[in-house]
Amino acid sequence: MKKSKLAILTNGIIKENPILVLILGTCPFLAVTTQASNAIGMGLAVTFVLLCSNVIISLLRNVISDKVRIPCYIVVIASFVTLVQMIVKAYAPALDSALGLYLPLIVVNCIILGRAEMFANKNGIVDSALDAIGMGVGYMLAMLVMASIREIFGAGTWFGMKIPVLNDNNISIMTMAPGGFAVFGLLIAIINKASHGKAIKKKEFGCEGCPSAGSCGQKSCDRKEAAA
Amino acid sequence: MANKVVSVNPHVYAPETTTTIMRDVIIALCPAVVASVLFFGVRSLLVEAVCIAVAVLCEWGFEKICKRPVTIGDLSAVVTGLLLALNLPVTIPLWQAAFGALVAIVVVKQLFGGIGMNFANPAITARIVMLVAFGANMTRWAPAAFSGAPADTVTAATPLSIIAGINGVSAGTNTVADLPSLAQMFLGARGGSLGETSCLALLIGGVYLMIRKVITWHTPVAFIGTVLVLTALLGQQPLYQVMAGGLFIGAFFMATDYTTSPPTPAGKLIFGVGCGLITVCIRVWGNYPEGVSFSILLMNILNPYICRWTRSKPFGGVKA
Repeated sequence: MKKSKLAILTNGIIKENPILVLILGTCPFLAVTTQASNAIGMGLAVTFVLLCSNVIISLLRNVISDKVRIPCYIVVIASFVTLVQMIVKAYAPALDSALGLYLPLIVVNCIILGRAEMFANKNGIVDSALDAIGMGVGYMLAMLVMASIREIFGAGTWFGMKIPVLNDNNISIMTMAPGGFAVFGLLIAIINKASHGKAIKKKEFGCEGCPSAGSCGQKSCDRKEAAA
Repeated sequence: MANKVVSVNPHVYAPETTTTIMRDVIIALCPAVVASVLFFGVRSLLVEAVCIAVAVLCEWGFEKICKRPVTIGDLSAVVTGLLLALNLPVTIPLWQAAFGALVAIVVVKQLFGGIGMNFANPAITARIVMLVAFGANMTRWAPAAFSGAPADTVTAATPLSIIAGINGVSAGTNTVADLPSLAQMFLGARGGSLGETSCLALLIGGVYLMIRKVITWHTPVAFIGTVLVLTALLGQQPLYQVMAGGLFIGAFFMATDYTTSPPTPAGKLIFGVGCGLITVCIRVWGNYPEGVSFSILLMNILNPYICRWTRSKPFGGVKA
């Protein structure tokens, strides 16, 4: 089953949105979405790292031995994260201090490792690049929506601009952790409802997409099927 | 109805329905409502009206949107709104009260499936959300009328924040002399939330509920008793601790919520003791002067485990 280029590109935006459908990389998602400007910065950083690592890993997919693939991915990803970190520190120190620890933590962001494992590992360079762009845009859009909701209601501002009435009557819990979890849950519910539960299901991944397939030994996640 | 379904036996008829129980709770809360108007003025009625109206409206709206059967007729949304209002200070901005009612009904109750499905008490959870969201407004207490406070006082510390100040837990210049007398505490002439100040009014409501067999004595007695004993052991002015804060309204009206507390007597006792223990810990060692709402929420979360430990064995049944 070969997907068209367009399908690969748009896959990450809604159908397999890394945050709201695959539920990957939620830690920085919850932590930095207190301001819309942070969301854009973090989204760009993640998209850049994702694009570079997907391309490099796709290039090296026939060279890297399966047994040591995870360390190899991490080295590739870490190189680009270091690059991004240095660039942000040099040219956007304000963004650097706003994102703080979460910028270097992109190294262990599940989205990047997940796409390396699930997609770049077994697809060509062009497809991997398209997948990375789609996933990155999906991540950034989800971040932007979440951060906008939290910033507008929690602080009464949007991209730092004051919003007349809300600025005086802010609901500060929205910018705190509990508000983040609540908005996150509501967004997932809305996406599920909007896609009528047609968003990706566990079965569609199959064993080839599953990171623990090597140590699992079952032919299917459905236990009854495996037993039969 | 053409398709009537016969459920599993035993078929016992009882005259109580959700509506009659909720009506009893509303009747039991009436003395507290009267006390709130007496001590904090007419604005307390306004806060209560807004909370109830928004709670009922949210329940109706959400059930319409989700195409569920509309359950506003069972009065449970009215009780939630009223209980939330009685846990707010009189000076709360009305839109914040409305936000609290919305959180209680939509987030805590309806998103988890409506009446009987919520894991935590909606009014308590909404109060905590508001405490975190609007910290300043939620702890700005107006002085009660006839409390003897100077007429130009804008805010008044609650007895618990005075005690916290004396203990050096929070910054405060109050001394023991600022504490209201025990009689004032009992009648309700002190700073605090709308419905929590008057122990007398809450006690009348609580006794009414017990006579009507809506609640049993286990949870309130265990809850208040634990606070009394522990604070006495710790030398923390037990009588003040028992009457201060939201202990009475919490013990009688919140910790006895059917959905979020255990059904068996043993479970109720465990639930009450746990609530009392957490309350005292927060009051004596915690950052907040008051811990009743947190204690009830935390015990709500433990409720499934308590239910499992205290499951009663059916007559003639074998050990599972």
